[in-house]
Amino acid sequence: MTAIHSTHIAKPATVSTVMLKVLAALLPGIALSVYCNGIGILLQLLLASLTALAAEAAMLRLRGVAVLPALKDLSAIVTAWLLALSLPALGSWWMIVVATLFAIIVAKQLYGGLGNNPFNPAMAGFALMVVSFPAQMAQWGSPQLPLDTAAQWQWIFLHTLAPGAVPDAISSATPLDVIKTGLRQGQALAGLLPSSAAQGLVALGWLAGGLWLWQQKLIPWQTPLAMLAGLLTLALPLWLWQPAQYASPLLHLLQGGTLLAAAFIVTDPVSGSTTPRGRLIFGFSVGLLTYVIRVFGNFPDGIAFAVLLMNMTAPLLDQYTRPAVFGHRKGRS
Amino acid sequence: MMPLFDFPGGIHPPENKAQSSAAPIRQAPLPPQLHVALRQSMGNAARPCVAVGDRVAKGQLIASADGCLSAAVHAPTSGVISAIAPQPFAHPSGLPELAITLDSDGEERWIDRQPLHDWPQRSGAEIRDFLAQMGIVGLGGAVFPSHLKLGVSPLETLVINGAECEPYISCDDRLMRERADAICDGIAVTRHALQAREVLIGIEDNKPQAIAAMQAAAAVHGFGVVAVPTKYPSGGAKQLIRLLTGKAIPHGVRATEHGVQCFNVATVYAIGRAVLHGEPLISRIVTLTGAVDAAANVEALIGTPLASLLALARPHRDSHEVVMGGPLMGFTLPDLAAGLTKAGNCLLVKSPALFPPRPPAQPCIRCGDCASACPVSLQPMDLFWFAKAKNFDKAQQWQLFDCIECGACSYVCPSQIPLVDYYRFAKSEIWAAERDKNAANLARQRHEFRQFRLQRDKAEKAQRLADKAAQAAARQAASHSAAANLAPDVVPGVDPKQAAIAAAMARAAAQREAAPLPEQHSSGLNDAKQAAIAAAMARAAARKSADDEAKAANGQPSSPPLQSSGLDDAKQAAIAAAMARAAARKAAADQARANQQPDS
Repeated sequence: MTAIHSTHIAKPATVSTVMLKVLAALLPGIALSVYCNGIGILLQLLLASLTALAAEAAMLRLRGVAVLPALKDLSAIVTAWLLALSLPALGSWWMIVVATLFAIIVAKQLYGGLGNNPFNPAMAGFALMVVSFPAQMAQWGSPQLPLDTAAQWQWIFLHTLAPGAVPDAISSATPLDVIKTGLRQGQALAGLLPSSAAQGLVALGWLAGGLWLWQQKLIPWQTPLAMLAGLLTLALPLWLWQPAQYASPLLHLLQGGTLLAAAFIVTDPVSGSTTPRGRLIFGFSVGLLTYVIRVFGNFPDGIAFAVLLMNMTAPLLDQYTRPAVFGHRKGRS
Repeated sequence: MMPLFDFPGGIHPPENKAQSSAAPIRQAPLPPQLHVALRQSMGNAARPCVAVGDRVAKGQLIASADGCLSAAVHAPTSGVISAIAPQPFAHPSGLPELAITLDSDGEERWIDRQPLHDWPQRSGAEIRDFLAQMGIVGLGGAVFPSHLKLGVSPLETLVINGAECEPYISCDDRLMRERADAICDGIAVTRHALQAREVLIGIEDNKPQAIAAMQAAAAVHGFGVVAVPTKYPSGGAKQLIRLLTGKAIPHGVRATEHGVQCFNVATVYAIGRAVLHGEPLISRIVTLTGAVDAAANVEALIGTPLASLLALARPHRDSHEVVMGGPLMGFTLPDLAAGLTKAGNCLLVKSPALFPPRPPAQPCIRCGDCASACPVSLQPMDLFWFAKAKNFDKAQQWQLFDCIECGACSYVCPSQIPLVDYYRFAKSEIWAAERDKNAANLARQRHEFRQFRLQRDKAEKAQRLADKAAQAAARQAASHSAAANLAPDVVPGVDPKQAAIAAAMARAAAQREAAPLPEQHSSGLNDAKQAAIAAAMARAAARKSADDEAKAANGQPSSPPLQSSGLDDAKQAAIAAAMARAAARKAAADQARANQQPDS
C-alpha cells in the first residue's frame, strides 16, 4: 500500500551510502597506517569486520529483525573499523574479537540496534579492553617495525616471533604513555618525545578523510573543531607555562588518535548531540576531558572515556540547546 | 531588487519545471458534465441554493457560504443541475463530498455580471463583502477565504506570492508571464482594500520571464518585484514574508499583527477578475505534468472531472497514480472522477519510472539533516521519535504545531523515513484527544449539574416537609390556645410567636440546604472551574432559599431572578443559566403550590 499523503520525491541517499562514504573516508588514514606500521592493521580490520558482521547477524536474528537489510546498512563495519584502528595494530587476534563482540552485542544491539545506542559502540569496546587488559592495550608496535608481513601475522595469531626478531619492536608503548610514565619517573620531556613523524603522517590521513566528510556534508564542523579547541584550551596554556612538564599541543593533536576521533568518533550522530550548540558543547567537553584523562589520569589515552562520558550528556544537551523555532524568541523546553 | 533576508533550512530538489513551463495557458474544453464540490474552502461546505432541474447561468450562485470560513460556490458554466449528491472528492481521505452536478448546455451563457467599477471609492469592508459573494479563496493551495484576509487595514506591506517553489508546478509562472497586467490590476484592488503602504511581489529567480513580465507590469503601479533565491519552501507564506520583509511570524500569529499580509498571484488575479469584471471564481489554471507526453497548463472550470483534464496531457501508459499539488506537499488522488476544486493547482502523474517507490525506511541515525533542512528550525528527529512513541505531550513541547508539513525533512532523510506522515499522525491524534477531552468535560459538567439538582430537590423536599410540620404545629397551637382561653382578643390565623418560630426554622433549613453544597463537588475539576460551578450553585441555592424565605415570611410572589453570573467561560455560563432556569421553574412550582393553599 502506498502512502497517500507522503512526500513523493526524496534524495536518493540511504544509510548505506552514508556509511560507505565514512568507510571511504577512512581509507587514506588506513593506507598511511599500513605504510608506516605495516600490514598488521589490515588483518585487524578484517578480523573486526568478520566478527562484527557475525555478531550483528546473530543478534538481529535473535531480535527477530530482518537480517540482510540491517546488515547492508554497513554500520557494523564502521564500528569494526574504528575499533580496529583504535586498538594496538599488533594486538593478539582475540583482543579485537572481544572488543568487537562487546561493541556490537552489548553497546549496540542490546540497546536496540542502529540508532538506539546511547554510547558510541567502538568507544565502548575500546573502554572495555583498556580497563580489562591494560597491559596488552599498552603494547603498540614501534614505528620503525622490523617485522615483515608474515611475522606480523604470526605475532597476531600465535603470539610468537621468528628467531632473531626484536621483542622491543612489539612492546613499545604509545608515545603519550611513554611521556606520562617518564615524567612521573622524573625524566626530562625532551628525551621522551617520539623520534618519528609516522604517527603525525597517519593523523594527516584522518584529517583528510574528515575534511572530505565535511565537504560531503556528512559531518558538521562544530563537533570536530570544538573538540580540538577543547584539547588546545588546556594543552596550550599548560605547555606555555611549563614546557618541560607538559607535552606540546601539536603532540596532543597528532598523537593518540586525536584526529581520528575528531573526524570519525565525536561526529557519530547516534550517540552525540544533534543541535548546533549542543555539538559545540559536546565536542569542546570531549576535548577538555581527553586532555585531563590523558595527562592526569591513569589510562594511556582519554578519548574513549571522554566520549563515553559526554555520550551520557547528549540527550540533555539536545534538550537544552534546541534552537529557537522560527518566529519564536527561544526554544521552550 | 534582491531580498536581504533568508529563512532557515530549505532544500533544493530537482526543479522539473521545464516540462510544463514552456506550455502556454490554454483553455480546457468545456466538459459535458461538471461535479462542483460544495467544500471549496477550508471551512464548512457551502449550502446549495438551487434544486435539481434548475437551469443556471454561468457565474450564478449555486451554493452560499455556511459560516465564516466557508466560501460561496458559483455555476462554472450555464446548464441544468442534474444532481446534488455525494461525489468522489479530491481529498486524501477518499471520502465522498456533497457536490452539485451540472450538465452544461454548451452556451456559456453568463449571468448579468456586475463589476465593482467604482472600487477606488469603496471601503475595504465593501470590497471584502463583494469578494465573499464572489467565492474567492486562496489559490496557492490553502483555499482560505480571501475576504477574511482583508480584515485589517491599514497595512505596512502587502506581499504577493509568485514564488511557486514546488517542483514541477508552473501555473503561476505562466499566469505571471501571460497576464501580468491583470495580476497587477488585482493587486491594486487588494492594496486599496488593505490600505497597504507598499507592495512586494516575490518570485523565485528560476522564473526570469515571469520576473521580467511582472516588473514591466508593476512599474506602472509602483509595486516592487523581488527575485528570491530558488529554495524550497520559499513559497510558504511565512517564509516569503521573512524573505521580503525580514519579519519572522511564529505559528499561531497572524501576519497582519506584524503589518503584513500575503496573497498568491493567482488569488489576486481572481480578485481582479471579480472586482473589475464581475466574474466569480469559477475557473483556475492547472499544471498537468509528470509522466505525461504533453505537459500543459490549462485554464479549467471548477468541477471539471480530473480524468478529462488529465487526458489532455496524455499520461504515459505506465502511470499508476496522480498527485494533486506538488511532489512535496501534494496528495495522491483517491478517485479521478472527482471534479477540479479551487485548490487544484497541479495534477502530477506518477509512474514507477519517474517516481521510483521509496526504499523501506531504516532506523533514524540522528544525522540531523532534517533539522538542517527544516524551514522553521524544528528538531524533526526528536518529533519523529515522540510521534513514534506516541509521546504527544513531548511532541507539543517540541512545537509540533509549528511544523508546516513542507516535507523538506522527509526529502533529505537518508533513512528514507516518511517523517511528515508521522507529524500528521501525531497532530491528528492530538486533535482527536482534544475532542475527546472536551466531550468528557461536557459530560462531567452535565453529570455534576445532575448531582447538584438531585441534591437540591432532596433539600427542598425536606424543607417543604419541615414547613408543613411547622404550619401544622402552628395551627394546632392556635386552635389549642383558642380553645383554652376564650379571650376577647382572639386573632384569627397565626399566632405571631409561632409564625416567627416557623420562619426561623425555614431560614435554618434554607441555610442547611445552601451550606453543604459547595463541599459536595470537590472532586476532579480544576480549581477555577470548580469554584465557578460551586459559586453558581451557591448563588442558585441562596436565591432559592431567599425566595422561599420571602414566601414563608409574607407570601409575596417572587419573580424569577436574573442570573448575574460573572463567569468567563461560556460553558460555565450555560450551566449557570441552566441552573437558573431549573431554579426558576422550581420557584414557580413552589409559588403555585403556595397559592393553592393560602394561609391555611
